[in-house]
Amino acid sequence: MANAGQDAKFFQRGKIEELRAELQAAETKDKKYLKRKTALKKVVANITMGNDMSPLFTDVVQCLGTPLLEIKKMVYLFLVSYGRSKPDQIHLVIPNFLQDCNDRNPLIRALAIRTMSYIPIPVVTDALTEPLRHCLKDRDPYVRKTAAICVVKLYTADPRRAERGGFVEMLRDLMLDSNATVVANAVAALSEIGDRHDGVIFKLNLATANKLLTALGESSELVTLLTFDLLADSVHRWGQIYILDSLLRYVPERHADAELMAERIVVQLQHANSAVVLTTIKALLYLMNYMENRRLIDYCCKKMGPPLVTLLSSGPEVQYVALRNILLIIQRRPAVLKNDVKVFFCKYNDPIYVKLAKLEIMYRLARAENASEVLAELQEYASEVDVDFVRKAVRSIGRLAIKVEESADNCIQALLGLIETKVSYVVQETVIVTKDIFRRYPGKYEGIIPKLCENLDLLDEPESKAAMIWVLGQFSDRIDNSDELLDDLLYTFLDESVEVQLALLTAAVKLFIYKSKSDTTKELVHKVLKWATEDVDNPDLRDRGFMYWRMLAVNPAVAGEIVLAEKPAITTDSDRMDRGALDQLLLHTGTLGSIYHKNPETFIRNAAGKALIDSPALNTHSRAALVPLPRPQLPPAAINIPGPGPSEPRIDEAHISADDTPATESAPPAPPAPSSSNFSKEADISSDHDDGDDDEPPRAADPYSNLDGAFGNYLQDEPRPMAAGNQQANRHGDLDDLLF
Amino acid sequence: MISAFFIFNQKGEVLISRLYRTDFKRSIADVFRIQVVSNSDVRSPIITLGSTSFFHVRINNLYVVAVTKNNANAALVFEFCYRFINIAKSYFGKIDEESVKNNFVLIYELIDEINDFGYPQNSEIDTLKSYITTESVVSSAIAAEESSKITTQATGATSWRRGDVKYKKNEAFVDVIEIVNLSMSAKGTVLRADVDGHIQMRAYLSGTPECKFGLNDKLVIDKSERGIGDAVELDDCRFHQCVRLNDFDATRTISFIPPDGEFELMRYRSTSNVKLPLRVIPTVNEIGTTQVAYTVTVKANFNNKLSATNVVLRIPTPLNTTTVDCKVATGKAKYVPAENVVVWKIPRIQGGSECTFTGTASLTSTTTRQVWARPPIDVDFQVLMFTASGLIVRFLKVFEKSNYQSVKWVRYLTKASGSYQIRF
Repeated sequence: MANAGQDAKFFQRGKIEELRAELQAAETKDKKYLKRKTALKKVVANITMGNDMSPLFTDVVQCLGTPLLEIKKMVYLFLVSYGRSKPDQIHLVIPNFLQDCNDRNPLIRALAIRTMSYIPIPVVTDALTEPLRHCLKDRDPYVRKTAAICVVKLYTADPRRAERGGFVEMLRDLMLDSNATVVANAVAALSEIGDRHDGVIFKLNLATANKLLTALGESSELVTLLTFDLLADSVHRWGQIYILDSLLRYVPERHADAELMAERIVVQLQHANSAVVLTTIKALLYLMNYMENRRLIDYCCKKMGPPLVTLLSSGPEVQYVALRNILLIIQRRPAVLKNDVKVFFCKYNDPIYVKLAKLEIMYRLARAENASEVLAELQEYASEVDVDFVRKAVRSIGRLAIKVEESADNCIQALLGLIETKVSYVVQETVIVTKDIFRRYPGKYEGIIPKLCENLDLLDEPESKAAMIWVLGQFSDRIDNSDELLDDLLYTFLDESVEVQLALLTAAVKLFIYKSKSDTTKELVHKVLKWATEDVDNPDLRDRGFMYWRMLAVNPAVAGEIVLAEKPAITTDSDRMDRGALDQLLLHTGTLGSIYHKNPETFIRNAAGKALIDSPALNTHSRAALVPLPRPQLPPAAINIPGPGPSEPRIDEAHISADDTPATESAPPAPPAPSSSNFSKEADISSDHDDGDDDEPPRAADPYSNLDGAFGNYLQDEPRPMAAGNQQANRHGDLDDLLF
Repeated sequence: MISAFFIFNQKGEVLISRLYRTDFKRSIADVFRIQVVSNSDVRSPIITLGSTSFFHVRINNLYVVAVTKNNANAALVFEFCYRFINIAKSYFGKIDEESVKNNFVLIYELIDEINDFGYPQNSEIDTLKSYITTESVVSSAIAAEESSKITTQATGATSWRRGDVKYKKNEAFVDVIEIVNLSMSAKGTVLRADVDGHIQMRAYLSGTPECKFGLNDKLVIDKSERGIGDAVELDDCRFHQCVRLNDFDATRTISFIPPDGEFELMRYRSTSNVKLPLRVIPTVNEIGTTQVAYTVTVKANFNNKLSATNVVLRIPTPLNTTTVDCKVATGKAKYVPAENVVVWKIPRIQGGSECTFTGTASLTSTTTRQVWARPPIDVDFQVLMFTASGLIVRFLKVFEKSNYQSVKWVRYLTKASGSYQIRF
């Protein structure tokens, strides 16, 4: 079947002069236009390689006289590449374009307007206006569907001209076209125009939305009433995506409208194309906010699970997109995949990004019933090769212990086994999670402290060191040689990171309070306070040093009560990602925003934000959690958003753990992943079980169920856009605008 | 939407560069080269820098790349890349650096057609081939009528089929191909076993045939007939766009007008009662720090009239292995140092029989006390006329106006490649 081309030989750098000579030579004695074809292929190859071929403009344009379609297409490609840079010469080709716009052959007509609209300079746009108007009403659907996209090109080049020319209205008319592909392209064009800040608002009413659904070609009435050859046009798969996507522009006014629509689109879930599946899910999740019928909502949830799992047999890239979306969906609709944890077990040869995404989902789906299976998997992963994956697996074991009380014993056993490996990063992760386990189950597992102390030497990262120091301070009454151990650690006090210094300071104070009789501890605490207040430049550390010092000086007994106050154990109160924020994020299902779990307007310039729109049909709980649309502008470079932020992980880590170090125990009772505490608590309360569609274990069971919870502060490899101005970006200057 | 489309070779040279929008210049390709091609540790198929996102798919020695500047539909972008790869395979027989270079002009033509201003357009191969060809076409030579046919097909109800197909002999071939995924724990419990099935059809049928297709799908059988014993439970089915989804939803019948030639009719997934064709029983003991002893037995768990072919076991060895002494009665086993595995190839295993590998790996002593991660044993194989899910085709009926007779052939194949894993 392969009509293998032989064009590779043209793929070499050519000089302008040589190519020009070749083109000119081809004007004579060119049998079957072979010479021209060869010369043009060389030109196209050089365009590809990035050689500037624009000096050949007039020579290439000459070739338009040949009747060969292949040559015409190459010349047009040349014009798309360089037309913009030759406003003074482009008039040479306008007559050819106009002639083609009137060709008898619809493919040629479409090619002409398609190419013209790719050259957004006034000369061409002027010439395009009239033919485009005709083409929008062409009798051939192929020309109309091409013309629809030309309108959005025109709009991008010159919005006001497009509006004055009445093209937007013409697009609206095309939405009612008899051909489904034309409808789909018109919808795509209007959607893009509607998403522009300066664009025309694009909303759908019930009648239009229903008309669009018919174009999906799957309306049940039609299929049963008509035989196959009378079947109304059904649209190709990409078109289905454009149409399904546009349904979010329709705001249902009655529950029944939303329900009927959901019933009509649910069948699209059986499509083989992952983008159709995810876009259908997006539309369904959106419509559910306006639905009342519990059984239908449950039915839709039930229908969504299997197609999502099937996406995991696609290519790894699509798997990744699916997994990141699943992670969001199961937080909002736990019913969708609650019994499917096994399908998320990692295959040994999965790409690392797939493994990391699966790990997070496994943690979220873990419950008492499947905890032992999940734990066995996590233990398996803890012995793999990829350092980052191993670290996250170890963290997940700790998190599992905190989330599922029944599994805590086994998790601790697993962690003890991991300490035995003596692999530095494994041990460090173990220490970090163990600290949280101590807080979650006070008085239950402190017996393993000696085991931890044996491995002090392996800790060389701030987070694990700080965690270990916290343990030493907190339980210094039970560790016989805590003063010695702390003293050892203090040798390097002045060289440590702030995180560790803060931990050391607090631990020393605790030690002193526990063992105030001992001279060594007195000496020790004095030494640390002196360092903190005199030798350190960090204001936080200094201030905290002064504070402790005064407390101890004024009334050591009260100081003890404050510093060793009953810690709010890591509570079982949930701070899962706020429902309103989730609802908003799910409006971006399948898109980049859903990969990064961020609203697109926060990281993409000029991106259109989305929000649920209030209507009489919006169910009360969605309304209570409603997040209004933010102002459409990109905040300045340093963004601080709840959730896994785009800023550098280091900064984030330091920032978060500063809140979290033991020294701030008197601070708010935030569990170790505190970033989502920024979300409003009121919304959380009211959203609970409200519409009952959250068929989930009580939230209280999962203290880490907030969005960034699975790996805590460990943000390495967290999917995130790289903000302009961070290190990698800096290499290329201003990457926020990659216009070179 | 997609602003630019590139193909790079492994060195990061641009083989195809098409900018659909003016928000980038060609030099955006350099950014991708720096961020991905010359980066040895790429940890995501999507990279976002500022507002710009690069989506890439690796295939053979190429990177197929789409660049966007908005909140693009990531699934759509990847599906488009996959689609392009399929079209290229169909046009050129394969996709690699050589075939791209040899057909670059045609590729430009194709990507101009299947994507307009970043919006993917009709990309049915059959239709594309009717007007984008490797032969030279004189523009006036395509009669306007002929073109109208093409355009109707490219935008119409059955964009996947031409109306004027004719065959002397009307035939339809159905291939049921199942890929078994297995993950088995060291204790021999099945952690996960499922089947990704796809039904590939080659239809050489004249006119506009209306086909009906029936499987031993549990839902159908429960509904209609008295118990046929071995109905199969399908977790999920997905269909080619020619299948009428509403019919399937209502009555579980699969009815469609097939495209001409080869296409994937449906994909399904099954997780219940998966029959594992090969059972692998490994015994691996680390003897001190210098030796690992292996005994690996493979049992063929299916009818003895069938056989598994092209069986390849990859048995991992520690990184510091020097030699492996292999003993096998069937097939050939060889230590491959570059991959740290023993590759044991068995051309054929009869149903019901078993073979055993015994071996000892000798290790050099190392100073680092890194624990051996023990990657799983991986098995590749094929079994003809066997489905791990138990699925069978019950009927395929073809109706056409002219009422011709047609011949139908069905084949079954179960295979594993890279996803049948046994831990030890």
